[in-house]
Amino acid sequence: MTETVWLFLGLLGVLTIASAVATALSWRSTRKGDALPSTLANLNSRIKAWWIMVAAISIAFLFGKGGVILLFAFVSFAALREYVTLTHTRRGDHWILLGMFLVIIPVQYYLLWIDWYGLFAIFVPVYCFLAMPALTAISGDTARFLERVSEQQWGIMLSVYCISHVPALLTLPVPGFEDKGLLLIAFLIATVQGSDVLQYVFGKLFGKHKVAPKISPSKTWEGLIGGIISASLLGAALSWLTPFTPLQSGLMAGLACIMGFFGGLVASAIKRDRGVKDWGHMIEGHGGMLDRADSLVFAAPVFFHIVRYFWT
Amino acid sequence: MNAKPLLRRAAAMALAGLARAITGVRPIWQGCSPLGRQRIYFANHASHGDFILLSSCLLPEERERTRAVAGADYWRKNKIRHVLARDLLNTVLVERNWVERAEDPMVIMLDVLKEGQSLIIFPEGTRNMTEEPLLRFRSGLYNLALARPDVELVPCWIENMSRVLPKGAFLPVPLLCRVIFGTPVILEPGEDRHAFLHRSRQALLELDPEHQRALNHD
Repeated sequence: MTETVWLFLGLLGVLTIASAVATALSWRSTRKGDALPSTLANLNSRIKAWWIMVAAISIAFLFGKGGVILLFAFVSFAALREYVTLTHTRRGDHWILLGMFLVIIPVQYYLLWIDWYGLFAIFVPVYCFLAMPALTAISGDTARFLERVSEQQWGIMLSVYCISHVPALLTLPVPGFEDKGLLLIAFLIATVQGSDVLQYVFGKLFGKHKVAPKISPSKTWEGLIGGIISASLLGAALSWLTPFTPLQSGLMAGLACIMGFFGGLVASAIKRDRGVKDWGHMIEGHGGMLDRADSLVFAAPVFFHIVRYFWT
Repeated sequence: MNAKPLLRRAAAMALAGLARAITGVRPIWQGCSPLGRQRIYFANHASHGDFILLSSCLLPEERERTRAVAGADYWRKNKIRHVLARDLLNTVLVERNWVERAEDPMVIMLDVLKEGQSLIIFPEGTRNMTEEPLLRFRSGLYNLALARPDVELVPCWIENMSRVLPKGAFLPVPLLCRVIFGTPVILEPGEDRHAFLHRSRQALLELDPEHQRALNHD
């Protein structure tokens, strides 16, 4: 597990440098007695939140498989709560909603714990998909039936099914890479979250042409392309964490980054439709859990299945 | 030493913690600050969770001196409810039925105010089960304002709690909630009951983000 130690030392280094730079910038801008500009204040709280997120992930890693499963079950819970808050629910949906939190989340993550891949892969898309409309019909309220059912199915797919594919990486038996699933998770999170940051940085520095001006003013072609290239390089540099060659590693990171971009775009479209800026307020400076996890939602299942197909 | 106050305080802390864990509730102090004079918080009512959610938004010292007014007919119906309401939740129970009531609710509420405590009241008088955002106000709010002009009347809009714990439900669905505290309403000199109730109902309704959105669309 020397890789893990190096990884966290590296992360610690990156965060320390980020904190030092942000502190220096804040000190310089307030020295003249001015108020702290909002961008800098946001940067400060974002970095502070990163420390807490890295600490949470580290603690989960210390507890191994159980810790990681619990951590992502909690991520699913927080994400689903933010999502359902923005949906249209009626009084007749109460039992379905309870079932989503009290049954679907625990079962999906329990299936990972007992390593039953066959059911893990179909529990949500087959059984929950059919059970949810059936139970909604039993409740007898047909107003906006299709809309209500599909909104909740989407929520389960995004917040539970897709996110559960992050800890599912632990269950993949990659030959010659046994018991190193944690590193694969670290690789996925580092490249996807790294690419979010890099897209943001490139967008701020060079951003001119918007990808989807109606959906998100902050997503630009310059940011996207700069982010993909730099995240691929980051992925290649992190290939020592993975069973991939540096070239494969870079390609996987680039793919995760593109999926992450689409995740962010879809999340923005939903938020725009519902008239909110952020999903919630759980993580200071970042918004809600889904604001941080939206890219991971799209990247994780694709990453998982490519590794499963080509490496096991 | 009497164990009841301790038990009450522990119960209040546990309930506030539970409310926060389930709903991630955030207070929005839009029209007043968290600490102020003695107050009457008046809020929309659609769920049993309402006053627990509201009191979990208050600062601990304010929460300790704030009691919710609840319907005695409901909370005295059986022994368990009565013990819960009286000993754990520390509610002020008043009779809602005009004909059968033995004690005047105004006297009971004014007694509590006289002890320096704040109140949480739901002027609609019952849980709102209609599609309307807010029912007509009962006159208690006006009578309290008239009797105690020194106490601040703070409108509080409770968002989403009716979806978390609707009437008849036992288990709460975890959804994000907010409580929006507005600017205190003051009874104008010579203002009559009807006008005051209408104005305070409007002040509460205007805190509802849905209401704001509807206005912006027109």
